[in-house]
Amino acid sequence: MAKATIKINRQYLKEIKEVCESFNYEKGQLINVLKKTQEKIGYLPAEVQMVIAEELKVPVAKVYGVVSFYSFFTMVPKGKYPISICLGTACYVRGAEGILQEVERQLGINPGETTPDGLFSLDCLRCIGACGLAPVIMIGEKVYPRVTPNKVKEILDEYRK
Amino acid sequence: MTHYRFHILCCGGTGCKASNSAGIVRKFEAVLKEKNINDVQVITTGCFGFCEKGPIVKILPDNTFYVQVKEDDVENIVNEHIIKGRKVERLLYTDPKSEGHVSDSKHMGFYKKQMRIALRNCGFINPEDIREYIAREGYAALGKVLTEMTPEAAIDEMTKSGLRGRGGAGFPTGLKWGFARKSVADQKYVVCNADEGDPGAFMDRSILEGDPHSVIEAMAICGYCIGATKGLVYIRAEYPLAIKRLQIAIDQAREYGLLGKDILGTGFEFDIELRYGAGAFVCGEETALIHSMEGQRGEPTVKPPFPAVKGYMGKPTNVNNVETFANVPVIYLKGADWFNKIGTEKSKGTKVFALAGKINNVGLIEVPMGTTLREIIYEIGGGIKGGKKFKAVQTGGPSGGCLTEKDLDTPVDYESLAAAKSIMGSGGMIVMDEDNCMVAIAKFYLDFTVDESCGKCTPCRVGNKRMNEILDKIIKGNGTMEDIELLKNLATVIQDTALCGLGQTAPNPVLSTLNNFYDEYVAHVKDKKCPAGQCKDLLSYVINPDKCMGCTACARKCPVAAITGTVKQPHKIDQAKCIKCGTCLDTCKFGAISKQ
Repeated sequence: MAKATIKINRQYLKEIKEVCESFNYEKGQLINVLKKTQEKIGYLPAEVQMVIAEELKVPVAKVYGVVSFYSFFTMVPKGKYPISICLGTACYVRGAEGILQEVERQLGINPGETTPDGLFSLDCLRCIGACGLAPVIMIGEKVYPRVTPNKVKEILDEYRK
Repeated sequence: MTHYRFHILCCGGTGCKASNSAGIVRKFEAVLKEKNINDVQVITTGCFGFCEKGPIVKILPDNTFYVQVKEDDVENIVNEHIIKGRKVERLLYTDPKSEGHVSDSKHMGFYKKQMRIALRNCGFINPEDIREYIAREGYAALGKVLTEMTPEAAIDEMTKSGLRGRGGAGFPTGLKWGFARKSVADQKYVVCNADEGDPGAFMDRSILEGDPHSVIEAMAICGYCIGATKGLVYIRAEYPLAIKRLQIAIDQAREYGLLGKDILGTGFEFDIELRYGAGAFVCGEETALIHSMEGQRGEPTVKPPFPAVKGYMGKPTNVNNVETFANVPVIYLKGADWFNKIGTEKSKGTKVFALAGKINNVGLIEVPMGTTLREIIYEIGGGIKGGKKFKAVQTGGPSGGCLTEKDLDTPVDYESLAAAKSIMGSGGMIVMDEDNCMVAIAKFYLDFTVDESCGKCTPCRVGNKRMNEILDKIIKGNGTMEDIELLKNLATVIQDTALCGLGQTAPNPVLSTLNNFYDEYVAHVKDKKCPAGQCKDLLSYVINPDKCMGCTACARKCPVAAITGTVKQPHKIDQAKCIKCGTCLDTCKFGAISKQ
């Protein structure tokens, strides 16, 4: 396998190696290593996975297997304002699907994608535990309660300024 | 020590936090400081349960329960309640029947029928301060077990209590501990399953956020019983607040010598580490969870061997879920005989439910086993939102089923719910009204399981996908009666052949809606109509020209400019442009727009 170090900038490379070291290069800590790395870099592109595979001495296929298995990990960079639409059952029965469709329409992207200007990324999640406020959407850490389709534009505009 | 005249408890649960409860706490602190009041303590607690009316502020000792508090109300509460001793009437809960104010939560319909064992400390103590837990008899059960009981006697007590796994399957906890005890190995593990994946359920998260020490204490007790020195909590990385509070609690317990070597001077050693789940529903299954903790894909394997024999790192492992653990300390403190008097013959104790959906009082509730669905929905839940008609209640999440009007007097326990063709599950309870299409609900759950299928076995990976495609066809109005038959057949085959619980139970929402709402499926197929008016491909919005006043309100609100017409003349909706968002229906003041 070609050395994976070429495409990543040095700062990131150093950080990834530090993360691996902090977990003693234990193979069993792969998920924790990936979580920490994603916290630092924001996402886990193929190059990053190759470095981690090398450091922990596991096949890169296994790293990819884990990254693609868990919804928490992402291989594409998130937008400046990540939007999460709650599709838990409580939000669903109170109309979350309509909100998702309106956000998709407004931004022109599907869940898992980022707008070309890098401002928004869209994801769905299952229950944030605020069912009393259903349906909710989250932008960054902020929760918007009792959203209706016609409030969507107004909410997005707050971030477009 | 300071003697406090009042304690102001502010809910720091996820729901209330989302409505700025942290800002309320800061404001209370600032106002009290400004007024130089030193004998009042402000505490951020875990979830009170009454999420519908959050943010909640409770004042002790008089137990006054303020609802929907805003930052601007804080000054008023301090001036009136704290300084003058008068309750702020406008912030009290209004009883929907008598329309009178209720100040003490004990007298609120929402709390009357509840019995809080697992949630005993949620909304009462500061979860980030171990001293508050200890003051509520915290770690006394651990002390009792370590100093007065042999592991065998402690397991016997657990068996006698009748506690069963609250994760869904209901396996007797004492029996499970007994199996792990019997396995011989140099290292054993206690695992707490905090990978709550059921969409629309937040029981375990609320316990961890509101009372993390009860879980830590229970894990240590379990460790003593089965002979393990290591505990692992498998928790969702998406639960940052729960992770933070659990970590604080673990650190404090270590500091107090309640975790680590030689606990309470008895020579018993036990410590706990966190492992992160990264968002995979299937990891709620014990074998999948163990693989995930080992850093692999969370795929289940065939049992036996059971984790009690060969689990984490090949060593005997006991896995219980958060709510099960939260019950443990109380059982040792009050005794198995006390616990097994609560509940029904085969289901002892209480169960926590996340009550949500089209119901007036959304929230986290805990009721004795045997409480009926009717009591939960109408007395605790306060009935259906907006005076609509009750249609179904879904229990058990993606593995469960829908129960209808005829099942409302079913007592909530493992056996009765199974007999009514649903399951207890982990505690999601979603209420649906006449506007919810049951075919769409079945599709919603199947979307979820298809999304979460690990792909290891064919029945789940391929079978559920095919079922999902058929449902999609039906929802879009292209289904046939043969499709409905095919759905039934596929569902049975998948139930019989899938590898793990996720696959085997995935067809349940489809089968249960087919059983209870067959007519609705037929309406989609034969009449090409969605009786609930939810499936967009089968409905259109129309304006009744006789009622339309031509006010132009709908045309101005329409996001795709599908509505045209001149002022004071009846308007029209261009069906080709309409995206069926329903904005016009909500906007019209004259009832001129309807769904057809």
